Amino acid sequence: MNVRKKIEQIEFGLFSSKMIQKMSAARIYTPNTYDEDGYPIEGGLMDPRLGVIDPGIRCKTCGGRLGECQGHFGHVELTRPVIHVGYAKEVYLLLKATCRVCGTILLSDEGLAEYDPENISVSESSTVWERAQKVSDAGGKCPQCGEEQIKIKFVRPYSYYEGENNLLVTDVRERFEKITDENLKYLGLKVRPEWMIMSSIPVLPITTRPSITLESSDRSEDDLTHKLVDILRINQRLEENINSGAPQLIIEDLWDLLQYHVATYFDNGITGIPPARHRSGRPLKTIAQRLKSKEGRFRKNLSGKRVNFSARTVIGPDPNISINEVVVPELIALELTVPEEVNERNIDSLRKQVLNGPKVHPGAHNVITPIGRKRIMEENKEEIAKTLVNGDMVERHLQDGDIVIFNRQPSLHRLSMMCHRVKVLPHKTLRLNTAVCAPYNADFDGDEMNLHIPQSEEAIAEADILMKVQECIISPRDGEPIIGGRQDHVTGMSLLTRNDRKFTRSETLLITRNIVKLPKGKKTFTGKEIFSLMLPSDLSFSYQGKQGMVNIEKGKLVSGIIDSAGLSGKLLGELFRKYGSDVAREFIDNSTRIGIRAIMTYGFSVGISESDLPQEGLCEIDDSVKKAKMNVNGFIEAYHKGEFKMTPGKSLDETLEDQIMSELGQTRNIAGEIAERYSKGNSAVLMAKSGARGSLLNLTQMAGMVGQQAVRGKRIKRGYNARTLSHYLRGDVSAEANGFVASSFKIGLNPTEYFFHSMGGRESLVDTAIRTARSGYMQRRLINALQDLVVYPDLTVRGDSGVVVQFMYGEDGIDPMKKGYIEQDLN
Amino acid sequence: MKPEELPELIRETYISLDKSKQKKFLENYKRSLVTTGEAVGTVAAQSIGEPGTQMTLRTFHYAGVVELAVPLGLPRLIEIIDSKRSPKNAIMTIFLEKDHAKDKKYAENLAVELQEKYLKDVSDIMIDVKNRELHIETNDEAAQKIIEKLVGQPAENGVFKIGKDSLSDLKKLKNKIEKKRLSSAKGIRRVLVRKCDGEYVLYAEGSNLKVVLNIDGVDKIKTTTNDIFQIYETLGIEAARNAIIIEAKKVLDDQNLEVDIRHIMLVADQMTVTGEIQAVGRTGISGTKESVLARAAFEETEKHILNAAIYGEVDTLEGVAENIIIGQPIPVGTGTVELTVKPIKSKKDKDEGPKNQDK
Repeated sequence: MNVRKKIEQIEFGLFSSKMIQKMSAARIYTPNTYDEDGYPIEGGLMDPRLGVIDPGIRCKTCGGRLGECQGHFGHVELTRPVIHVGYAKEVYLLLKATCRVCGTILLSDEGLAEYDPENISVSESSTVWERAQKVSDAGGKCPQCGEEQIKIKFVRPYSYYEGENNLLVTDVRERFEKITDENLKYLGLKVRPEWMIMSSIPVLPITTRPSITLESSDRSEDDLTHKLVDILRINQRLEENINSGAPQLIIEDLWDLLQYHVATYFDNGITGIPPARHRSGRPLKTIAQRLKSKEGRFRKNLSGKRVNFSARTVIGPDPNISINEVVVPELIALELTVPEEVNERNIDSLRKQVLNGPKVHPGAHNVITPIGRKRIMEENKEEIAKTLVNGDMVERHLQDGDIVIFNRQPSLHRLSMMCHRVKVLPHKTLRLNTAVCAPYNADFDGDEMNLHIPQSEEAIAEADILMKVQECIISPRDGEPIIGGRQDHVTGMSLLTRNDRKFTRSETLLITRNIVKLPKGKKTFTGKEIFSLMLPSDLSFSYQGKQGMVNIEKGKLVSGIIDSAGLSGKLLGELFRKYGSDVAREFIDNSTRIGIRAIMTYGFSVGISESDLPQEGLCEIDDSVKKAKMNVNGFIEAYHKGEFKMTPGKSLDETLEDQIMSELGQTRNIAGEIAERYSKGNSAVLMAKSGARGSLLNLTQMAGMVGQQAVRGKRIKRGYNARTLSHYLRGDVSAEANGFVASSFKIGLNPTEYFFHSMGGRESLVDTAIRTARSGYMQRRLINALQDLVVYPDLTVRGDSGVVVQFMYGEDGIDPMKKGYIEQDLN
Repeated sequence: MKPEELPELIRETYISLDKSKQKKFLENYKRSLVTTGEAVGTVAAQSIGEPGTQMTLRTFHYAGVVELAVPLGLPRLIEIIDSKRSPKNAIMTIFLEKDHAKDKKYAENLAVELQEKYLKDVSDIMIDVKNRELHIETNDEAAQKIIEKLVGQPAENGVFKIGKDSLSDLKKLKNKIEKKRLSSAKGIRRVLVRKCDGEYVLYAEGSNLKVVLNIDGVDKIKTTTNDIFQIYETLGIEAARNAIIIEAKKVLDDQNLEVDIRHIMLVADQMTVTGEIQAVGRTGISGTKESVLARAAFEETEKHILNAAIYGEVDTLEGVAENIIIGQPIPVGTGTVELTVKPIKSKKDKDEGPKNQDK
């Protein structure tokens, strides 16, 4: 057994200059990195004591090879100390909080006595900071030594002035050295303040800033190396100037430059100073940039990690597999492996797989014995198969029945990652049952999905029990089914259960063959009877469907049409709760298949004729449009005559606008009714009414009229001065001048209508783009705020620090996903 | 689980049931309980976040009888979660006590009284350039009193004449006087009276709960605002929690998105555990987390690491984000279970003493 060590805690702290020197493997002093022969110079930034980045070389410090030695820190001794930019603000606050002469906190003994330095809370210490700073801001006197304080000014990013005098970094450090440890406790500081001022800086190991050898065998150095070269160069120049007795002014200039380079070494995004740039003009990526934001170390590499044992490819539909399954192409199954421990029962089959080698499908890649891991190859597979014993691990190919986790991004909810059983088949796409598209929000217009293979028995069991598709039929969001028949399944089932057409036994078999068994002896079947074959015999249930009540008695569909409210709604939910996930899964598998066969038996198509209306219908719509336009003109006339009535709380113009909008809205509703009346029973209506696809609004727009177009929730008002298009008069508020589309899609839009329609269309496009970004960020924040909340055995909800957020989850302890078990009892 | 231990709501139903049904009811209840270790936080966040993509971005919506713009959709949801101090379009619904509920006059008077009024609305203010004087003419007595206090001289026939040396001083004074508010309800810009179920209800654009609740004749129980912060300040944290739930639910319902109330409750509870409203984000919950690593991984990475160093912070790795970062199992779901082995001293072990067992 390999015992995993657990990290108990991580402590954060600051290095003093001494510590930096102590842990350093090499002092770096020269800005040159390589000599003429291309070997790294000792004391240069590529010093071999800092670690290895080239294969075959041993580390001069620890003797490790590439991969074994993680590198060693070096250090640069700065000629003059500089401020750590990250602490510029803290240095300023500390300068203000302490006396300029004696270095104590600017508080009287009585003031300090209010606090206990040994365990001072964060809020207490922040009041200490504030009280002390007030003294120096006001130019008061030090309560300890009586020295008058001078107001300190902070000029971003790292200069300090006391009154008019520039405070040198050395002065600041001298002051900080006077502050006693006791005093620091009051301020909550756990480190010596002079450590925020650096007289030597650590040089990162070369493994963290490897140089890349380009094709032309030129070396290209990492950004951090470039930055360190800058620091070393200025450091050297500063030293030379000081030694040669250069004037103070020049020294201070160089010192400032050194400060700039050290500052940008830590953070190259400080406001107020120009970012250090690469020769090519690109800003350098220094330490802070490496860690920060979405592409930084934390979010890119630590919170999210790249994994092995995964696959990704285009997805496709397969209505014949179970919702629990996923089809994995053989090509992928040849690459992915599952570790399996050898025992008496599987030794023969595993031996066979070892003999198949890595290139024939049910084969294996590696064998792990107590001695170590061995790769199976054509040359050694026979030998390995022979020596295979119980207790060995075989990393065998992915094969039918293996448990995998399937995922589609964006992973907005936990149903975006579900567990499937593998079915290895030829061809190159991953295939899933169309009923599971909903939770993944997948379609097949080129979507790709990911596959992950759990690698331990524990992980496999966990995935299988908790994440299997059939366990996810009910959504935790609202406790209603999210997986189930959709589109053609619904249409088909609704056709089948609609009327009492009789099927002969052989016709019935075409629908039910190898899905459900037919009772012996029965000659004819109605559609409802065929559907009933899938129901458990003791099920009695009735619910409000989309097209009236549906009654099921003792496993028989007595009345009602099965539509989306049943297939992926109430009926499915009832089956899941009453009989469990296996029955629910079977129902989905069977009902979708029977639905498809039914729709093929009946024959179903949608065409342009779906939007045909007879002449009377078109006339009726025309009349209603004319009437609406007349009404609108009536409003406008009344408005101009001053006879228009105002609704309270609105201006006259707003009232007019409201009236026109509602009049035009009504017209479309009328057109919708007309269209519906004349297209009764056609395919589009059937789909809309059964909830398979589309809505009556879609039909209205195709056959009747498109209706009012809107931008920013109002009729279209923008464009030219006081008019939408140059075809209209200024101030025209009539229907057609403001985006009312009286034509239908079938008849076709006239040019102005087309233009207005495009305006509305563009807005909704922009809208969706912005919305995804905004809601994505909202979700990230929500998840970050709530991710630590867990239910405890006493049904309390607690956070990571043990804070009780709820004493009883959801006030009643009921899981939203399981609320269906008790809901009917509560009301 | 004993009947006495049931949560209130469940117990009530339990008691009201026939003896014969009680057993079945308890059984059903047990089946519907949450599992220990369930990551309810993540599920709640996902359940609210996932439908976000389906919401409209349109901010305004003219709901029902009210001619006031009600902020809805995704922007409103974000506003609630951000717990902004003053929401973009605050709206108050003011109900009247029984005695006045059917009194139209009373309602209308109250509406006028509530509406924000400034001195410039009730008076004519002019600068007499020739005489270097400011003329204020008003018939409103309350306004006169206020001006008197402000300028320190009485009015003559409703006209104030204030002399100043320079023109710029006069302008300053004029601005000051114009901006002086007369009524006490700050922030209420417009009030509408509507009849609703036979009662008169006041709808106000802008909100000032504190003032409105102090007015006699206002129904203190039914009157409400959509400004969560005002509810917190006047009625306390529990009320604010309920307000968050109601407001968030309203937004989701309006978009026809079915989200279980328990998810919203959890968000509201997490936002209010500290006794103050905390925003969901770096300024609130995420910024005040215990763990340095979790904070650094969210936003403002450098700030959190730099501060952790000088204040000597210790990360005890109790949350989810930290453990992912260092590559350990997370303390959620199946990760909450730990195996503890109590070593039994067998005769052989006795000589060696108890072995150290790894947790």
